[in-house]
Amino acid sequence: MLILTCPCCGQTGEESEFHGGGEAHLKRFGPGSSDADFEGYMFMRENPKGVHFERWRHAYGCGKWFHAARCTMTLEVFGTYPAQTTEPPKELRDKISKKRPGWSWGAFS
Amino acid sequence: MSKTVTALNGASWEGGIAHISEAPQQGMITLLGDLTAAAVIKAATGATGQEMPAQGKAQCAGEKGVCWMSPDEVLVLCPYAEIDKTLAKIKADLGDTHSLAVDVSDARALFVVQGPNAREVMAKLAPVDLHPATFTPGMFRRTRMAQVPAAFWMQEEDAFNVICFRSNAQYMFDLLKTAAQPGSEVGYFAAS
Amino acid sequence: MSTRLASGGRLVDQGQPINFSFNGNTLKGYAGDTLASALLANDQMLVGRSFKYHRPRGIVASGVEEPNALVNLGSGGTFEPNQRATTTELFDGLQATSQNHWPSLEFDVGAINAKLARFMPAGFYYKMFIHPRPLWKHVYEPFIRQAAGLGKAPKVRDEDTYEHFYAFCDVLVVGGGMAGLTAAKSAAASGAQVLVFEQTAHWGGRAPVDGGIVDGTPVDKVVDKLVSELSDMPNVTMRLRTMGAGVYDHGYVLGYEQLRDHAPKAQGPRHRLWRIRAGHVITATGALERPLSFAGNDIPGVMLASAVRDYVVNYGVSPGDRTVVVTNNDDAYRTALAIKHAGLSVPVILDARVPETDSPLMTAAKDAGIRVLMGHGVAKVLGGKRVTGVAVCAQAGEGAILEEIECDTVAMSGGWSPVVHLWSHCGGKLSWDNDFAMFRPDVDKAPTGQDGSGFVSAAGAANGHFGLSEVLSDAHASGGTAAKATGHAKSRRKAPKAESVDEAPMAPVWLMPQGAGVTLRGKAWLDYQNDVKVSDVQLAAQEGFESVEHAKRYTTLGMATDQGKLSNINGLAILSDALDQPIPQTGTTTFRPPYTPISMGAIGGEARGEVFQPVRRTAMYDWHEANGADWEPVGQWRRPLAYVQPGENLHDAVMRETKNVRENLGLLDASTLGKIIVKGPDAGRFLDMLYTNMMSTLKPGKCRYGLMCGENGFLIDDGVVARIDEDTFLCHTTTGGAEHIHGHMEEWLQTEWWDWKVYVANVTEQYAQIAVVGPKARAALEALGGMDVSQEELGFMEWADGSIGGFDVRVYRISFSGELSYEIAVKASEGQAFWDALMAVGAAHDVMPYGTEALHILRAEKGFIMIGDETDGTVIPQDLGLHWALSKKKEDYLGKRAHLRTHMADPTRWKLVGLETTDGSVLPDGAYAVAEGTNDNGQRNVQGRVTSTYHSPNLDKGIAMGLILNGPDRMGEVLEFPGTDGKTHSARIVSPVFYDPEGEKQNV
Repeated sequence: MLILTCPCCGQTGEESEFHGGGEAHLKRFGPGSSDADFEGYMFMRENPKGVHFERWRHAYGCGKWFHAARCTMTLEVFGTYPAQTTEPPKELRDKISKKRPGWSWGAFS
Repeated sequence: MSKTVTALNGASWEGGIAHISEAPQQGMITLLGDLTAAAVIKAATGATGQEMPAQGKAQCAGEKGVCWMSPDEVLVLCPYAEIDKTLAKIKADLGDTHSLAVDVSDARALFVVQGPNAREVMAKLAPVDLHPATFTPGMFRRTRMAQVPAAFWMQEEDAFNVICFRSNAQYMFDLLKTAAQPGSEVGYFAAS
Repeated sequence: MSTRLASGGRLVDQGQPINFSFNGNTLKGYAGDTLASALLANDQMLVGRSFKYHRPRGIVASGVEEPNALVNLGSGGTFEPNQRATTTELFDGLQATSQNHWPSLEFDVGAINAKLARFMPAGFYYKMFIHPRPLWKHVYEPFIRQAAGLGKAPKVRDEDTYEHFYAFCDVLVVGGGMAGLTAAKSAAASGAQVLVFEQTAHWGGRAPVDGGIVDGTPVDKVVDKLVSELSDMPNVTMRLRTMGAGVYDHGYVLGYEQLRDHAPKAQGPRHRLWRIRAGHVITATGALERPLSFAGNDIPGVMLASAVRDYVVNYGVSPGDRTVVVTNNDDAYRTALAIKHAGLSVPVILDARVPETDSPLMTAAKDAGIRVLMGHGVAKVLGGKRVTGVAVCAQAGEGAILEEIECDTVAMSGGWSPVVHLWSHCGGKLSWDNDFAMFRPDVDKAPTGQDGSGFVSAAGAANGHFGLSEVLSDAHASGGTAAKATGHAKSRRKAPKAESVDEAPMAPVWLMPQGAGVTLRGKAWLDYQNDVKVSDVQLAAQEGFESVEHAKRYTTLGMATDQGKLSNINGLAILSDALDQPIPQTGTTTFRPPYTPISMGAIGGEARGEVFQPVRRTAMYDWHEANGADWEPVGQWRRPLAYVQPGENLHDAVMRETKNVRENLGLLDASTLGKIIVKGPDAGRFLDMLYTNMMSTLKPGKCRYGLMCGENGFLIDDGVVARIDEDTFLCHTTTGGAEHIHGHMEEWLQTEWWDWKVYVANVTEQYAQIAVVGPKARAALEALGGMDVSQEELGFMEWADGSIGGFDVRVYRISFSGELSYEIAVKASEGQAFWDALMAVGAAHDVMPYGTEALHILRAEKGFIMIGDETDGTVIPQDLGLHWALSKKKEDYLGKRAHLRTHMADPTRWKLVGLETTDGSVLPDGAYAVAEGTNDNGQRNVQGRVTSTYHSPNLDKGIAMGLILNGPDRMGEVLEFPGTDGKTHSARIVSPVFYDPEGEKQNV
């Protein structure tokens, strides 16, 4: 059972305080988008062995959504950051690069 | 109105390792807004005479207080009888500032867990470090207690105020009684 | 025979006798005994029968690794099967019975299986019970079920209580032996918060029995001193009778504390499950001795050498008068010396090794006058229900008997295996140690935590260090490592120093004798509890089960309640030999928590009885309960399904309530419906995105029914939205939807439209909401007095604040029944009082409370859909004929893009219609409408299904709704619905609106 630190309220809690919310940084495609774009947005997901970015909600705590960068192999949590962003902060990406040289995920590396 | 009742009509229980009681009605107002905005600060502090709490803290005295709920939410505590007055004052202070203030007094149940073993009773139910060096009076924690959401804080050592949804009041009371059953002292915090 | 020695026993108090019973016989033990030591003291070596062959089995070990001595404990509400006698502390009045035999332990009919052992090799059940297939269900399954399982399941409810406890510490030390205590002290000295668990009732582990000198003091005194020092430190918590059960991700550890198993009359919970977050975990879990594989090694009286020593030294119990010691290492010599010291006889030590020179322990044994035969072993053990002797052979040969030696006990030692379970649970890797023929923690591959660094260290014997001096320096170092890992300065204190004793190297012996033939191998047991022999593992390898995980499952090696604590390494070695590969290449099976079985009660903790799960109650719950409510669970809520009056059944009550709403007046507790406030300058824009229809155009004071879809287009919720003021809306959700829809709103606001100015608050529980429904609703409210509730002042789909009967209320003119209806919200604390007032005033208007079943029938009569009945996560608004609720003006809303996907726009999607049986009966719920032909699986083709079905008392016939292929175009057509009752029901496709199609009754 993971422990996560919510970047919104600063609390560190065990996984049972949180709800996982799937992949982070999805770009929404609405009416007017192509079938391929909508399919990608709705259904296609990363399934990495290693570095992953995902959404979590501090459901039993402050109620806020945030993002976490995590290794799916070792469960190491590289960092958490607020959800109001379209990409992981550079600092965090640099930190991951130190630990997992050559990583890439979606459009990020 | 005299017809008002708390969820459990002020139930209480002794005989275990801590004293469990449902508190009398407590005025509670959810205030959502930019916690750094002057109007929001004025609304919260003006209504209670308490300072704005820091992240994760509760600023309380008696029946009045302000508790930090999230980056854009505080819980304002006031005497139940003054709820309408307090809410009106808050709304007046907020003016046109984008915010939401709403009475939630009846949506909640408030319990007090009291006694030298109060920390242990709470630590049987909440996945939170309640070591006296870690969790101190004035801190405010939203979390899970067994299977329901809850929030708690200590106004003084050995006494926890516990808030849960009104519909879960019976469950919470039974839960606290179970956790405080006679002979169930853990002795974990006592050692420290 | 086994018996109590006249003196000795460091753990028992011979001044405190205790009575207990075994299989109904009252026996005597002493305070401090385990059940096993007390049984041995009463010459009860035979304690059970094995699982498969029902072989007589005796006590083998003295601790958690015991495979045989499993007993039933207690009776009635405290009955528990499969309890290890070796870890059960004796108390006055303890009741134990043996298991897995009939009619008695001494004479067991099932033992016939042992005679058939030759015909029941590995995989016997797989091979035997496969053909012919028709026998699976009625012949084989009952037979296997009858034979399966050790012990009996309790018949009565467990009368004890259990609890969890969340603890946080810097360093958790699992194991209270010399290694654990030393590590704890070293970590605690640096200021770290330390928690120490010891699974037994005593600190010190093996050290007090094995002896040794530390810094000039005998080791048992050192233990006492360490314990007292640690107990005095404010940053250390010590727990006996608490096992580290499992190590999980991010420093999560489960501890299993047995609070009252040794003192059943004490108050409080029986077990406590510690849910620990540790910064660093030290596993000082010691090592387990391995048996040797020789023929007859399961006959009662064959024991681990260390266990024999424990019984003599700790409990003052002699397992036998004449003990033959058989070993491949020096440690068993300590047993020989202890036995000799207690005045008992050791006829011979059979040592499989051929050393060049004698080690100090060998010399000591010889000096004590014990005959030592080097290079020898046991060809076979003689005896049936008890050892009577051993046949001696050369280890290097095939088992030719050189002599027979009389004895009643055999003390065997095949070397030691570190307890690496906790190290391995969360991914710690092992390496093979050739010198000691064992797996030990690979210190460079520790399990890693949330920051990517290792969070477990092993210490002492658990880390593969056996001499006391190595144990102490290793443990001291790991305490320092743990302190440093949790941010504390390493203590500068030096490690305690022990006098080391030189031991001769052990020699791996996996089979005794080395060349044992098929007869001997077929009697050499690896897994005592599951009856797996050397020959079974060899057969598995021969049949192609080369993976250790496959061989394990095929033979059941290590799959019993002891999880192979004694058998795993020996089994691996046999398998490796059969596959002709080195042991590390075979590898181990996976170590899974818990280390030993823990009680289901402890896992459940407080969650039983009243608090098994939360039951959410409305403000009027007690009234409902007192007035005959038959409860329906809706999410965690309980809602009255109907109020059953004396003399009627549930169906009668539902019919009565349904009719009364249409004819007179009904009250419904609607408090559970979600109420969410959405406020801000962008609130209208936000709701336009959330609902399929337009909400921003709603005027303050008005209500509008809305649909919500997920981004994938499927319906997720519905409800009435009321506009409170320019900036504020109140959204009603379904009962189950309040938290979920609140979360849904927050998700979109926080993660997609975070620049929109909207705040959302879930105020569901602030209000008690009561639906006042029926033609007499207005009259009743007017009688109660207060605000104007006339059609002119408060029209259909309008709301207003005001006062009724002295209560501050908010009244919504909305209807889910098609009747004149007011949904009235009051503060929850006034809910019961308001309900009482309505019941009182309603008496003159034939008021009746009604429940959710009447609610369902009333809405179905009107053709109103219900989320969860007409929808199941695959239904879109278009399927339900709700096109009118899909805004064409809005460019975007959640689900709009998905509705354009080809499958969503497919004209052959099943569509909502009403269904009316041709004979007036009620269609079975969920029944399918069949079509011509069959599909690829040979099943009847289908063309629709029933989504809601009821008997309508108002129409006096069965009514239903269903999703049917091209349904709306097939009005009048009759379809067939085969039921599970074998009957086929015919129903005609009709409009789903059965009652008041013009909607006149609700708008008066």
